Amino acid sequence: MRKTSTLERIRLFGRAGIDVVATLGRSSVFLLHALLGRGGAGKPLQLLIKQLYAVGVMSLAIIVVSGIFIGMVLSLQGFNILSDYGSEQAVGQMVALTLLRELGPVVTALLFAGRAGSALTAEIGNMKSTEQLSSLEMIGVDPLKYIVAPRFWAGFISMPLLAMIFSVVGIWGGAMVAVDWLGVYEGSFWANMQNSVAFREDVLNGVIKSVVFGFVVTWIAVFQGYDCEPTSEGISRATTKTVVYASLAVLGLDFILTALMFGDF
Amino acid sequence: MSAEKQYAVELKGLSFQRGDRSIFDNVDIRIQRGKVTGIMGPSGCGKTTLLRLIAAQLRPSQGEVWVNGQNLPTLSRSELFDMRKQMGVLFQSGALFTDLDVFENVAFPLRVHTKLPEEMVRDIVLMKLQAVGLRGAWELMPDELSGGMKRRVALARAIALDPQILMYDEPFVGQDPIAMGVLVRLIRLLNDALGITSIVVSHDLAETASIADYIYVVGDTQILGEGTPDELMNSDSPRVRQFMQGTPDGPVPFHFPAVDYRDDLLGAR
Repeated sequence: MRKTSTLERIRLFGRAGIDVVATLGRSSVFLLHALLGRGGAGKPLQLLIKQLYAVGVMSLAIIVVSGIFIGMVLSLQGFNILSDYGSEQAVGQMVALTLLRELGPVVTALLFAGRAGSALTAEIGNMKSTEQLSSLEMIGVDPLKYIVAPRFWAGFISMPLLAMIFSVVGIWGGAMVAVDWLGVYEGSFWANMQNSVAFREDVLNGVIKSVVFGFVVTWIAVFQGYDCEPTSEGISRATTKTVVYASLAVLGLDFILTALMFGDF
Repeated sequence: MSAEKQYAVELKGLSFQRGDRSIFDNVDIRIQRGKVTGIMGPSGCGKTTLLRLIAAQLRPSQGEVWVNGQNLPTLSRSELFDMRKQMGVLFQSGALFTDLDVFENVAFPLRVHTKLPEEMVRDIVLMKLQAVGLRGAWELMPDELSGGMKRRVALARAIALDPQILMYDEPFVGQDPIAMGVLVRLIRLLNDALGITSIVVSHDLAETASIADYIYVVGDTQILGEGTPDELMNSDSPRVRQFMQGTPDGPVPFHFPAVDYRDDLLGAR
């Protein structure tokens, strides 16, 4: 084992800091380059649709199933607590507000990072390691435009849609548990929800959150794939990084966004 | 004959560093038009880096890279992409696009750079595939092909736009003797039939020597030797001789640099 002196440790710490800043810079330039500037190859719309299918449609199953369960659990837990105060009719508004404001965007983003984000990273990383990206460059096609841009847009577009589907399915699952199983009066369940959910305050803010999360998660995923070391270990490291960074970024940003939206500063 | 006509590629005073490590230091290479030039050297000496420098996927730290009379490091990104249409590269792994079938892989450069009608694209693709002997495989996906076939499809794709310069990155690695023989023949055949300039980067001695008109031996950031295969075989330089004859120890040491063996075993740490 080589010993590291204190000075060396301080140096390494500084080095790590510089690396973080450099990576942030590189990823920003990378994204700007992918999204701006003159065109790539092929038919952009066709490429986008293909990716929308791979990124969005293929994530539907996990989103729908998780949505139903989250809604059901919320309803169950809410009913148990609210019935102590005799206000079990409010379970509808509780489920809807929780899903629209928080759990819809956040859980969808976390699932999306695990399902679609990791797949994007691995796919792009694999293309890099098998020299497909270099060979596109040699053919005279910019891989940033041809590979990265359609994938980024697909993630950016899919994520809010998936979050909305998640919330809708969750509310449906909550209604199923509350109304059909636990016997909450259907009229008050929906009426309470309708009265307390404001479109701008709750629905729109949730959508804004999911748009931000979609941007960040997809950005991290495509950058990690493009920037990975082109070996099998490199790809697996990059995939892990995508899920970890994206999850942390989502949770951190969620707090900031919630504070801005509902914080009454 | 002017230099530009005689040489398709000229590297002048080229240096390249990766991190603190110097890969090339003030290297000059001239590649004759219409010939097969081999670039040889031990693994890890930067042969592939050299190809990427010629293809301008990497920028040299210093020096000039002239391809067809243009100095690549001075070109803009879009000029570079145009320039690359004149070059084809056969990557080590073939680098076929895994989501496209063989036909679409070969058609890809045509679709990107030309507005040819579909029938003409079809004819060209089939001609290129015929040249590499895989016309019958046009419907297959890349993962249904053997390694040698993949490389041949990649070769068909590389010549789809009729490039003037064709570069091969380790074309013989991991090929069985039959596939190897096919590739050797193809490289020579394409070079002579299409009148292109071929650059073969390889450490497979016998195969490269059998097709190359001229060989550069690189190693240790320098050009160790150059000449026709025969000249190199009888080179005066001990390093070139060691490489060409494949002896395990010599100027290139068998042992990785280390502290003295005895000290390492007995001495305190």
